[in-house]
Amino acid sequence: MPTFVYMTRCDGCGHCVDICPSDIMHIDKTYRRAYNIEPSMCWECYSCVKACPQNAVDVRGYADFAPLGHSVRVVRDEEKGVIAWRIKFRNGKKDLSLMAPITTKPWGKHIPHLKNAPAPSQEMRNSQLLYNEPKYIRMDDGDIHTLESNGLKLKKGVQY
Amino acid sequence: MACKTIVEDNIDILVAGAGLGGTGAAFEARYWGQDKKIVIAEKANIDRSGAVAQGLYAINCYMGTRWGENNPEDHVRYARIDLMGMVREDLLFDMARHVDSAVHQFEEWGMPIMRDAEKGSYLREGRWQIMIHGESYKPLVAEAAKNSADKVYNRVCITHLLKDEAKENRIAGAVGFNVRTGDYHVFKSKAVVCGAGGASNIFKPRSVGEGAGRVWYAPWSSGSAYALMINAGAKMTQMENRIVLARFKDGYGPVGAYFLHLKTYTQNAYGDEYESKWFPDLQKMVGKEYLDPELSHRTHRPIPTCLRNHAIINEVNAGRGPIHMVTMHSFQDPHLEEIGWHNFLGMTVGQAVLWAATDVDPKNENPELTTSEPYVMGSHATGCGAWCSGPEDLSPPEYQWGYNRMMTVEGLFGAGDAVGGTPHAFSSGSFTEGRIAAKAACKYIDDGKAEGIRVSDATIAKLKDEVFKPMEHYKVHRNEIVAGDVNPNYHNPRQFLDRLQKLMDEYGGGVTVNYMTNDKLLSIGLKKLQIMEEDLEKIAAKDLHELLRAWEVKHRHRTSECVLQHTLFRKETRWPGYYYRGDAMKLDDENWHVLTVSRRDPQTGKYTMEKAPLYHLVDADETAAAAE
Repeated sequence: MPTFVYMTRCDGCGHCVDICPSDIMHIDKTYRRAYNIEPSMCWECYSCVKACPQNAVDVRGYADFAPLGHSVRVVRDEEKGVIAWRIKFRNGKKDLSLMAPITTKPWGKHIPHLKNAPAPSQEMRNSQLLYNEPKYIRMDDGDIHTLESNGLKLKKGVQY
Repeated sequence: MACKTIVEDNIDILVAGAGLGGTGAAFEARYWGQDKKIVIAEKANIDRSGAVAQGLYAINCYMGTRWGENNPEDHVRYARIDLMGMVREDLLFDMARHVDSAVHQFEEWGMPIMRDAEKGSYLREGRWQIMIHGESYKPLVAEAAKNSADKVYNRVCITHLLKDEAKENRIAGAVGFNVRTGDYHVFKSKAVVCGAGGASNIFKPRSVGEGAGRVWYAPWSSGSAYALMINAGAKMTQMENRIVLARFKDGYGPVGAYFLHLKTYTQNAYGDEYESKWFPDLQKMVGKEYLDPELSHRTHRPIPTCLRNHAIINEVNAGRGPIHMVTMHSFQDPHLEEIGWHNFLGMTVGQAVLWAATDVDPKNENPELTTSEPYVMGSHATGCGAWCSGPEDLSPPEYQWGYNRMMTVEGLFGAGDAVGGTPHAFSSGSFTEGRIAAKAACKYIDDGKAEGIRVSDATIAKLKDEVFKPMEHYKVHRNEIVAGDVNPNYHNPRQFLDRLQKLMDEYGGGVTVNYMTNDKLLSIGLKKLQIMEEDLEKIAAKDLHELLRAWEVKHRHRTSECVLQHTLFRKETRWPGYYYRGDAMKLDDENWHVLTVSRRDPQTGKYTMEKAPLYHLVDADETAAAAE
């Protein structure tokens, strides 16, 4: 379901161009507004719809199998940490509003900067451990799982 | 083209492609290489790139070891049976023993992971799957990668890996171009972690026209992971192991949560259970070792994904389609209904749009399922990718020649779709593989293995001509015609993509031939791909967007060639329901209980195929007892 852009809402800011994973949102040279240049490479991922400050980007189901007259709209709010959807059916019988969290913490504030983390010891470098391990990888206080610790061997041949 | 050449020199670690694998690599690399220069090149915008761009509603690979749920070896056994035995169990065990660390960190960073109210553990969708509100999964991991990287080059499409000119078979970086400015980018790097994507759109999709973008895997997954590595002379494995997905019809919305959490099931058009009646014949094809419904029922060992596809395909061919997902029972519960919709909105919005357009209310009707066109990738229920070294504490000699996740080209590492033999990694496992690869890449550099890499100006200039040739070609020949896209001297990228998809579909076992191929068809297909390669020298790009598409289709072409070579080599039908070799319709453990490994000689273009032994995890006691 390719995206399209409402002429009266788009102000040509280019947020959709900047975010589209498929490089199909481009600015029309005559109208100075965005449009979908290649609908057959659109995954309807809604990245551009969510990124548009004017709510100017919308989606119309793929012409080869989706009848007209439906709507799936979205508002994503990073500050509030929520996303709100509204789904309207073609026959008008269903009008759903759904909301979901997108984060539980202030945006980006709790992601570590590993250049500031204490440097790993030589012992850790020589081990199989990754950053922050062995935290979370065991039920007990043990080290990383190995074949030995788990009583296993790798055996060549046909096994099921 | 008046484009600048921008050289980024003295890079330690270049991350080529920043989806879940690449972001994991960039993030972790900073810890092990605090003074290293880490650079990311991504053809889109890292905030919404890769297969997880639109989000996920589940993390499909989480052991839950700290809750006493599973150990790594349990996951290895699961992946082994699902892939009919053909997996790299050292790499799988390695991924599984680290993956929980990644998932718990995601939660610390702010990912909303649902909890089981009674147990306090993560809410399970299935044995391996947990449920998340993952709309912002990609922006979240992108943030982590950006915190670690010195530079992120968005909109730079990597077209070639650079080989060292001082030492044979060693990596020295990559080149590509900026999709917006047209600048030519040269990255000279001691190590490269390839995090590029698997391949959608190499087999003709069921959708036509505008809907061709509604593929299961992202349309921007252009097989670049494979093409870059194959062209650099890296060995590949299991490239025949394409995947076919049973999904909601047309929208390809996910079914995992429906089966596992919402307790829906399937039936044929006439309301009958159909799966079990195909199993006796199927058992004759694959053997009781791989398909034993009684044992599966008793022990909850899963029926392999491909075999369940086989039942759908055969039931439909017998004239009792379509197959329906029975939702009408579960969806009477309004809470479950809401989960069903959230599931789509979180990862396949298009399916919600389709149901809104067609007034499908799963409470009142049972939606249709279908089997998709094949995809080539390495992180879902399939394991295409590069032949990579395993960790030194786990891997047998045939699987270990250096650094963990290093390919057969020195200094070239991989994660996610790039690594072969590691299915069921999904998002969290791909991120984890990136972390593993980054640590190993830092060690590779610290050990002095990348000293003295050299790339000559002549190579850089030669590749620049190659990168922009499609635009030159267009300029030269465009004005031979009045207007339009029909030109005797070139095809545009879309025309090549159509040609590739038709060819792969008809000769390589796509949907229109019911996933059937044989040695003769594959040989013809390979010849046609050879001719297409000649013509690809005449691909024309009228602008930078088409130049991106030109390189994507070139990468898809190389991936396809490798897929057909592998499919031809493995003379058996290992995965009925993914594809069939009509000339060898049975699974053949005597000759083919092996991993297939290929190498394309970059000079001659010739493939060398070999078999690599399979190692399986067994109880240490068992082997000791057997030896006595």
